[in-house]
Amino acid sequence: MTSAFKPKPEFLRLTDLHAFYGESHILHGIDLSVSKGECITLLGRNGSGRTTTLKSIMGLVGRRTGSIMLNGNEIINVPTHKIAHHGVGYCPEERAIFASLSAEENLTLPPIIASGGMSVDELYAMFPNLSERRNSPGGKLSGGEQQMLAMARILRTGAKLLLLDEITEGLAPVIVKKLGEVITELKKRGFTIILVEQNFRFAAPLADRHYVLEHGEIIATITQEELPGKMDWLHHRLGV
Amino acid sequence: MEIFGIPTALLGSQLLVGLINGSFYAILSLGLAIIFGLLNIINFAHGAQYMMGAFVAWIALTRFGINYWVSLIAAPLIVGIVGVLIERLMLRRLYKLDHLYGLLLTFGLALIFEGIFRDQFGISGESYEVPELLSGGVNLGFMFLPIYRGWVIIASLTVCFGTWYMIERTKLGAYLRAGTENSQIVQALGINVPLLITFTYGYGVALAAFAGVLAAPIFQVNPLMGSNLIIVVFAVVVIGGMGSIMGSILTGLGLGLIEGLTKVFYPEASSVVVFVIMVIVLLVRPAGLFGKS
Repeated sequence: MTSAFKPKPEFLRLTDLHAFYGESHILHGIDLSVSKGECITLLGRNGSGRTTTLKSIMGLVGRRTGSIMLNGNEIINVPTHKIAHHGVGYCPEERAIFASLSAEENLTLPPIIASGGMSVDELYAMFPNLSERRNSPGGKLSGGEQQMLAMARILRTGAKLLLLDEITEGLAPVIVKKLGEVITELKKRGFTIILVEQNFRFAAPLADRHYVLEHGEIIATITQEELPGKMDWLHHRLGV
Repeated sequence: MEIFGIPTALLGSQLLVGLINGSFYAILSLGLAIIFGLLNIINFAHGAQYMMGAFVAWIALTRFGINYWVSLIAAPLIVGIVGVLIERLMLRRLYKLDHLYGLLLTFGLALIFEGIFRDQFGISGESYEVPELLSGGVNLGFMFLPIYRGWVIIASLTVCFGTWYMIERTKLGAYLRAGTENSQIVQALGINVPLLITFTYGYGVALAAFAGVLAAPIFQVNPLMGSNLIIVVFAVVVIGGMGSIMGSILTGLGLGLIEGLTKVFYPEASSVVVFVIMVIVLLVRPAGLFGKS
């Protein structure tokens, strides 16, 4: 335990989480916890298991063992479509905007799972570009617009835990900056956030804690306060 | 009156036959397209399910005195429920395997269903009377139109475009379209995809059974009526392309008409024209006329 006290209750705890795709063993016992309202990152090189950790929470890998406690409930054996109803919003790396649906159909596709989600108008205020493109087919949106849509889509449902996978990947600096402002705003609104990021400079100022993964295991946990002293080590580990 | 040396009455009646066949092609290929879109399974039992629709209506009428109008709703429901059971008990186990297994399973089921009905009812065919309200015909001046045939066209077009509207314009349709693209993510967003898949298969099967009830008074109710028709319908689906809902409707109607015209101008080719078109389309545009490559 690095911090002197825990200000808020735990929202997610992974204990000895293993994940498999067919014969390959990807995660080798992940232990991590996230408190309500906290923003953490999963750092690591490609193939270190960060995306698989998010997919395991969503039940999108072949097989999982261990424990996933979400808001006091064990969800390791819960089917994928019910996990969202426990308050999780998942923004996948490939964004997965549906090409044959309009932007607005994409936005309103996920069912409302709890109260307290943002309204469509609030989301259009947060992402003005989407408002202009609301009737365009999802497949015709730019990469940045698709990314904003993939984020906006999970903010409407009342989800309290956001799993955001590589949201800045391949986007122009101006859009990355905008996404940073959005994350800051979401933290203010009390969302709990797990960021998987390649872009360390984007993630560093936003996160309260960083988990460093290598070969499907967590090799270090670094708090925001410890970060300056650990920069050299991190650069070496991440190869950035 | 003649057009291109062909009497208009002949031309009109063959176009009507073409439009009727096209209506059946449209409903059946629409069901196949919906099922393939979400389940990625080519439903080889589609012809047998069409036949079962006709037989359920015939059994209901001859054994229980249940009339055509009730059967038009009840037969698709009953056969659709059989479809739901097939999906829940059998197809569901195959999703993680190659799509070929789903095709093999449904092909086997088609043979079993046809075998059962042959065993019970023989292959001589049973006739189903045109309901009283739709019997008779009207003289359109240039041709005679049996009312029932007009009804078949109207009913099937209504169902086809109703289905299209449901898929393209409603929330349920948005789930279906999204699920067709990426069912894992749809599920991760909190939508019960397994239930959606069951419903979709049941609906596609019910469409086939609906076509079967419509067909009962026109064709003989025969255990093999589906296998004769389904080969053409598969060709229609290949020509239209698997991906498109509207494409499968329009291709079905269009090919029915082309078949009808061929009967007038070059009758010898009428039973192969669809397959000739299929070969050409496969060579020129393998994804089909409306398909996305």
